[in-house]
Amino acid sequence: MTKPFIELADVTLRYGGGTLALDHTDLGIEQGDFVALVGPSGCGKSTILKLVAGLLDPSSGGVIVGGREAGAKGAGPADPHTPRVRIGLAFQNPTMLPWLTIRENVMIPLKIVQPFRSEYARKKKGEFADRAEALLEQVGLKGFGDKRPWQLSGGMLQRASLCRALVHDPQLLLLDEPFGALDQFTREELWAIMQDLWIAKRPTVLLVTHDLRESAYLANRICVMSSRPGRILEDRKVAFARPRTLEGSYAPEFATLVQELRMRIAHARTETETASPKDEALPRRVA
Amino acid sequence: MSDEKKPLLSPKAKRRVLSVLALAGFFLLWEVICLATGVSDLVLPRPSQIAAVLVSKMPLLWPHTLQTLYTTVTGFVLGVLVGILLGVIIGSSRLAYDVAYPLLVGFSSIPKVAVVPIFVVWFGAGTMPAILTSLVISIFPVVVNVATGLANTEPELEDVLKVLGASRRDVLWNVGLPRALPYLFASLKIAITLSFVGTVLSETVAANKGIGNVMMIASGNFDVPLVFAGLVILAVLGVALYAISALIEIRLTGWAQRKNDMAMA
Repeated sequence: MTKPFIELADVTLRYGGGTLALDHTDLGIEQGDFVALVGPSGCGKSTILKLVAGLLDPSSGGVIVGGREAGAKGAGPADPHTPRVRIGLAFQNPTMLPWLTIRENVMIPLKIVQPFRSEYARKKKGEFADRAEALLEQVGLKGFGDKRPWQLSGGMLQRASLCRALVHDPQLLLLDEPFGALDQFTREELWAIMQDLWIAKRPTVLLVTHDLRESAYLANRICVMSSRPGRILEDRKVAFARPRTLEGSYAPEFATLVQELRMRIAHARTETETASPKDEALPRRVA
Repeated sequence: MSDEKKPLLSPKAKRRVLSVLALAGFFLLWEVICLATGVSDLVLPRPSQIAAVLVSKMPLLWPHTLQTLYTTVTGFVLGVLVGILLGVIIGSSRLAYDVAYPLLVGFSSIPKVAVVPIFVVWFGAGTMPAILTSLVISIFPVVVNVATGLANTEPELEDVLKVLGASRRDVLWNVGLPRALPYLFASLKIAITLSFVGTVLSETVAANKGIGNVMMIASGNFDVPLVFAGLVILAVLGVALYAISALIEIRLTGWAQRKNDMAMA
């Protein structure tokens, strides 16, 4: 059996304040898969995402991404045989830089990541700008490349933020409730766009969400997490044919899946209320 | 163009006219009060007397004006450069913050008038102490604001860059410094006015050139109109340099101000 692209092996994470966020969690994700993490708020979904991103180091256990240890250790001197995995990241908050145009914001990863970095000065006006512009067009922002972030609505900024996460052709896309702050219509439109982008480029995607319809629409696999300390309670394959449609998301089998997930999470929540009445806030930004 | 009837003045022009009128009114009132109360020009000279002195003594005052301008601007520019450097170091390292901040606060709490004699001992009276006083007095607001601006970087954005493999220098250069720019400019406006305080202070204590020195000698001679003429020159220089800072600020950090406009709208 080959090793999965992403592997969390017996990972425990305890934050500085003593909060146990993850307790002996195992998770493997195959290359090119689309996995959604769902669960009650504060269950450690984002913690897993940050571990995979290498923004946090596990207290014990190992996180392997693309054959390399994630986190501070993996960020050390690069092993020539297993180059660093290119990662794209998008949060609920689009965090565009206000002094740059939308196109320049989208091009930021090209300025940082190799092999684009060394060509940036030469290609930023030509090939790279076209590349950003093509992505913007795909998400419905054609002609907005020269605007400044404050001239765009929240939904438009979130689209641009997706472009920024994708512009450097990442092998791994990490999404932390990227559609969470949007209205229903925009959100559903972006689901369809996200699906198209995934089908076109097939990056490995790890999506953290609390929207169960979103997870069922987008993911191949849904991992339901327990309340803190987080463990993966259930691992469901989602077999609906692609491309999935909004109409399809109102079909009975879709509704059944969402309902089952909902019950599972409701169950997970009551479990912890009896187990740990003390509920400290997790040091994370989005509840 | 349309032949629509326009109001006589645009709102912007109206504000301009009103502010000029307020300024003129201030001097007019001053003049009238002096004339009405018959106060001696040894106590408070009239604006018209000050203006006359300014015109008649300009050949004498001009080299001193240039001297003050030169020492102030030199000290200010050096102070800002050193301030930015210290601000970047303090703002991007926790250790540097803990070590350097108390030192900085302590140093800036020292009245600058007490430092001038030390500079005079080190470098002799004249230009050097004035530049140095202007320098040390303008450092503090710059350091504090640059460090604050750097500390205000959104953690999420830093995460996005870190995941891409950005080094600390990448983050600083692409996010930290532009983010700190509005803070820097806010501090420049404070620093430039403080710089004048520093220079003139030093010139009054130990110099044979500069507006501060002229005012010192004039007050010794009870030439009060000349003292006031010196004040006017300092005020004009201060306003001019402040305006230049503000102009550069608008050009470089327009994004920050427009954003605020949007938030308020």
